[in-house]
Amino acid sequence: MNFWQRLGALDRRIIYTVVGLAVALPLLLKIIMPIRVSEPVLNAYKTIDELPAGSVVMISIDYDAASEPELQPMLIAVLRHCFKKDLKVILTGHWALGLPLGEMALNKVAAEYNKKYGVDYVNLGYRPGYSALMVGIGREIRDFFATDYRGVPLDSFPFMRTVHNYNQIAVLVGFEAGATGDAWVQFAGARFGQKIILGATGVVAPDLYPYLQARQICGLISGLQGAAEYETLVKSIGTATLGMPTQSILHGLIILFIIIGNISYFITRRRKK
Amino acid sequence: MIVNIIGTWIAAGLTIAILSFLYKDNPLYKFAEHLYVGVSAGFGVIYVWAFDLKPMLIDRFIENQGVERWILLVPAVLGLLMLSRWFGKIGYLSRLPLAFTVGIGAGLGITASIQGFLLPQIQATLLPLTTINNIILVVGVITTILYFYFSRDFKGPFKYLLELGIIFIMVSFGASFGYTVMARISLLIGRIFFLLSDWLRII
Amino acid sequence: MRNQLPLIIVFATGLLVIVTFFIPHEPFGSLEQRFLVWYSIVAGFTMLLGLDSLVRYHLIKIRDRRSGWGYSLVLLSGLFVTLILGFYSWARYQSPFKLGSPFMYLYSYVIIPLQATMFALLAFFIASAAYRAFRARTTAATLLLVSAVLVMLGRVPLGGWLWQKIVSLIDLLPGTNLSGLKGLEVFARISDWIMDVPQTAAKRGIYIGIVLGGIAMSLRIILGIERSYTSGS
Repeated sequence: MNFWQRLGALDRRIIYTVVGLAVALPLLLKIIMPIRVSEPVLNAYKTIDELPAGSVVMISIDYDAASEPELQPMLIAVLRHCFKKDLKVILTGHWALGLPLGEMALNKVAAEYNKKYGVDYVNLGYRPGYSALMVGIGREIRDFFATDYRGVPLDSFPFMRTVHNYNQIAVLVGFEAGATGDAWVQFAGARFGQKIILGATGVVAPDLYPYLQARQICGLISGLQGAAEYETLVKSIGTATLGMPTQSILHGLIILFIIIGNISYFITRRRKK
Repeated sequence: MIVNIIGTWIAAGLTIAILSFLYKDNPLYKFAEHLYVGVSAGFGVIYVWAFDLKPMLIDRFIENQGVERWILLVPAVLGLLMLSRWFGKIGYLSRLPLAFTVGIGAGLGITASIQGFLLPQIQATLLPLTTINNIILVVGVITTILYFYFSRDFKGPFKYLLELGIIFIMVSFGASFGYTVMARISLLIGRIFFLLSDWLRII
Repeated sequence: MRNQLPLIIVFATGLLVIVTFFIPHEPFGSLEQRFLVWYSIVAGFTMLLGLDSLVRYHLIKIRDRRSGWGYSLVLLSGLFVTLILGFYSWARYQSPFKLGSPFMYLYSYVIIPLQATMFALLAFFIASAAYRAFRARTTAATLLLVSAVLVMLGRVPLGGWLWQKIVSLIDLLPGTNLSGLKGLEVFARISDWIMDVPQTAAKRGIYIGIVLGGIAMSLRIILGIERSYTSGS
């Protein structure tokens, strides 16, 4: 076995160790790299930024802990933007196991901006059957959410008294780790003309680009990079910005893996011939 | 608080237990895996109670009057019939609630697909061929559709159209792959960040 | 009747939803809204469907002391502890989802690390696959790899850094002055272009195909031609 063959057949545990170290070291060194803001994220930011104070933003938690590192910083950055602009926030979600993540982010950011539950924001919780719910909210939100997640009637919250359907929701921001984003666009967007911004994991984001080009969504925040871009725009460094140098190094490492793997493959193949 | 410190140690232990799978499958990993399935199933039950049965059925049954109250028995019975699958003999009864959800799902799906995807997406493809990007977009959409609809061997100019389709599909899969790599790495960063920051407190 | 009634229900509900889309007025609008609420209620029950087989399977495994029964015990203990904490938190804190309740403690320190780490493992596997399996064997595979590498470079600050290094290197040649090009962010622009144009085009083509298939399937279901959903019980 020559050098290239041996390199091509490297034990996977060595690769795992290299990957592990490549993640841990940059985090320990706390490197920060400049973030370039892309157009889809800038458009998302502008859509929220242009809303007059008091407008209602509905945020949907359509992810769970499996996508938390990507979408949680995005949610926190968007919440900071909303509360900074004095917008009212309604939180809901369609991924049962992810809803508490929304509550955690709300509690954290609301405290930073002195926002009060029921006055500036509410958490509706979750209902099964999202397609029916998305159409049903177009008529009356109370048919599905008569109360908030703790069982308190919606009408006991002052700003919710005037909210009945999409007509009173200025923008809907969906954080997506699956197909729920498509449903928001097709049900709430197309049927009721709801303005929509989507934040998505890297896995889902490429599938949402056709909506972006067709202007069915106003903006798209994709992956950890998207979250870091939004953090840059709202001028609050969070875990996304802190994670991007590590992300960069890992991308470089994987590209290097692909290159070494291919060199080894071509040299070995030529020798065989 | 001491409770949170204990919690962080539990979380770190479970994180390491799952990561230990990288070395090889082992009892620690199996323990964590089974715990995950059990706790998630328990969460599911609490969700059904907290976000479905209680607010949508029980609370409304108590609050509503007259017909509105008793009509709630229809979805309640439909829901219970869904569980008839638990009992082999009467399992066929679950077809009724299933038919109800399938019918509504199909009806909603048809209209949403046409109004929310097909029409706007086709409209967004009907572009003036005045820029290179517009031309690439239009050609890309058409050749991709052609590739999937005519996946048999062709000869002559049509063959080149399908080959063009493959180019677009491969570029698109490559982009999706790049984004997937990105996403998976982000998740790992999240976990290592937790271990170094919340648990070991060295960053 | 056992077979006919589900078909009638599917046809009637599917038709009602479609008719209401075009005529949202009374009585269709309110009838559809009622059905949508019922749909939400009934859909919740499906979350319980797998529960009986899960519990039964692991109870039998424990009873018979089959290999790995200890893990089954862990699974069932996890399930019952979650239920107990859930209902306790309900009684004590109004909602089990109130932060600080024992139920949310379980979520923060058990569910999050388990679920998140499960998916974080994939980063290692994908890195290993990049090293061992992603070979430019054919033109199609080469295209896929090149597109992936360009997107991966352009989407992170690494792309900008690398571009600046390339420009600086070229600038070292006598007689060149490219410092104005440093801010061009070429990799980021290439990545944006791939995502906006060819990637969007192919995704649109693929999804138009999938959506057409979905519409045809939904029609077949409503008209009773496709009946596979009635089997299995």
